[in-house]
Amino acid sequence: MCGIAGLIHRGKSSNVGSELQGMLQALKHRGEDSTGYALYGDTDGKNFIMRFKVGENVGEGSSSVMEDVSVYDERKKIVDETLAEMGAKVVKEERTLPYSLRYEIDYDTKDLLDFSQRIESIPGVEILSMGKSLEVIKDLGNAKMVCDRYSLDKVVGTHAIGHARMATESGVDIKSAHPFWGYPFSDVSVVHNGQLTNYWNNRRVLENKGMRFMSECDSELIAVYIAEKMRHGATLEEGMKESLTGLDGVFTYFVATKDSLGMAKDTMAAKPLVLYESDDLVAMGSEEIAIRSVLPQEIDTYDPFDGEVKVWQI
Amino acid sequence: MANLKTVSKKSKAQSMGMHTEVLTGRTQQKFFNPDEAENFYYFGTYDVDFNKRTELDVKDMTAPEANKEIDNLMSQGYGTIVIKNPQGKHSLGVGILNKLNLIFEGSLGYFGMGSCDGPIVRINGRVGWSCAENLMAGKVVIEKNAGSCFGAAIRGGDLICKGSVGARTGIDMKGGTIIIGGDAGAFTGFMMQRGRIIILGDVGINLGDSMYDGTIFVGGEIGSYGSDAVDSELTPSDQDWLKRKLKVAEIGENFDVSKMKKIVAGKKLWNYDNLEPTEKKGAI
Repeated sequence: MCGIAGLIHRGKSSNVGSELQGMLQALKHRGEDSTGYALYGDTDGKNFIMRFKVGENVGEGSSSVMEDVSVYDERKKIVDETLAEMGAKVVKEERTLPYSLRYEIDYDTKDLLDFSQRIESIPGVEILSMGKSLEVIKDLGNAKMVCDRYSLDKVVGTHAIGHARMATESGVDIKSAHPFWGYPFSDVSVVHNGQLTNYWNNRRVLENKGMRFMSECDSELIAVYIAEKMRHGATLEEGMKESLTGLDGVFTYFVATKDSLGMAKDTMAAKPLVLYESDDLVAMGSEEIAIRSVLPQEIDTYDPFDGEVKVWQI
Repeated sequence: MANLKTVSKKSKAQSMGMHTEVLTGRTQQKFFNPDEAENFYYFGTYDVDFNKRTELDVKDMTAPEANKEIDNLMSQGYGTIVIKNPQGKHSLGVGILNKLNLIFEGSLGYFGMGSCDGPIVRINGRVGWSCAENLMAGKVVIEKNAGSCFGAAIRGGDLICKGSVGARTGIDMKGGTIIIGGDAGAFTGFMMQRGRIIILGDVGINLGDSMYDGTIFVGGEIGSYGSDAVDSELTPSDQDWLKRKLKVAEIGENFDVSKMKKIVAGKKLWNYDNLEPTEKKGAI
């Protein structure tokens, strides 16, 4: 059992970091092994923001190994050298935690595939997100712990999705935590509640097509699946609709892009989702209490039906 | 113990159309006799006065605290309780085995009004998954929408949602009536055993999948039929009952019930075995 939440403000910005923290904290009983945020902040859109990790925060049940900080320093140094080789200029650098970094990069490219492959060819390095608005922050613990650790409560933006995880299929570590970046697409992120039963079959097919997987978490398949569809010209909504038959199992998931937010529910409607929709705000979560954390007044909400796909623009 | 194998007369429940199978073998069924009402009571129930009314603000309470306070108010004789600010909390109003007029001014989360027997409840909001699960008797009215597993395994009472409901409505239900004013999701009536479901709007795929018995009435479109769910003739007595029920439920009073579809179990999946495991062993 995991919890997912998301919201999109239409026509204005808001303190989405704090709002999502409230929504995810309300869902912490659904799992607090790890919590992740995909925040679409207000930026000038000139530079790429790369969130990446050079090591793991290792929890109970994880297959990852705790490493010395000097190893992280060495990996960061190689990342810096690789970026310089590619002509990418680091405009701003933040190191929130020894293993977690945020770079603002001046880099002129539309193809992030080559860029990402080179960075991730460095052992122990994983890009958590890449985009001009998107920032994926994920770590062990509940929503408040992660929010406090990364000072997310002041992030202002238009939309956000997040995930409170109870680890069942894979380890308790950052690489298995949600949200997943829709590699190699700029500003695409995914969170998922459920279980995919044809994960390995799909993974083999997608890997043969050149797509990359960083974890053994079945939810990562959704991000890669949709990214692969978009790579071949499908729109976000078309990719999501195809996933209803392409993915087997039970799922409710959210996908966000730079200017949109979508939800999809499997054909058995086995996983919960409550949705509030108005002209200026859409808020949704695994349980109504998540929505109540941002809208305490009496509102009209509903459960989307089986096989439903919806996409909203900012 | 009476040998029910020899009982050929239809039971009261059967004559009322609540279920159609003949109970045989080790199954036995006892019906409530109003003349023996004084012999039926639950430990911890109270005499309450419907005219004695109070309000309870649960904004800063946990669900157990709120439920305990409802119990406390009933012990003081309050028969009408208005709950303020439920704010989507889970498990509110569970386990009430009392006559009570309960009003929620707002929405409930999961498992609201579960395992109740007797209260009359009005929820001026929405409810999450598994509302009124295992309801034994009473009436629960939801003014807005409801989540999935609405009325799961209810055994009696009336459960009414004026809006739309999610998937698996009436899953495993064993009696009572569920009435939906709007649409219903997939697997409605999944494995239902008795009782009736009325849906005025459309219903999703796999309607009545693997239903043992009971009846489903649908006013709108049906996504698809589930395994062993089949159409049946809508009789005049069905129509009379539907009209009465919808009127009492304050929902779809002017609905043209003559065009509703009636879905029952095809009974092709029936393959019951009355042997105990030990007897099976002996037979083998």
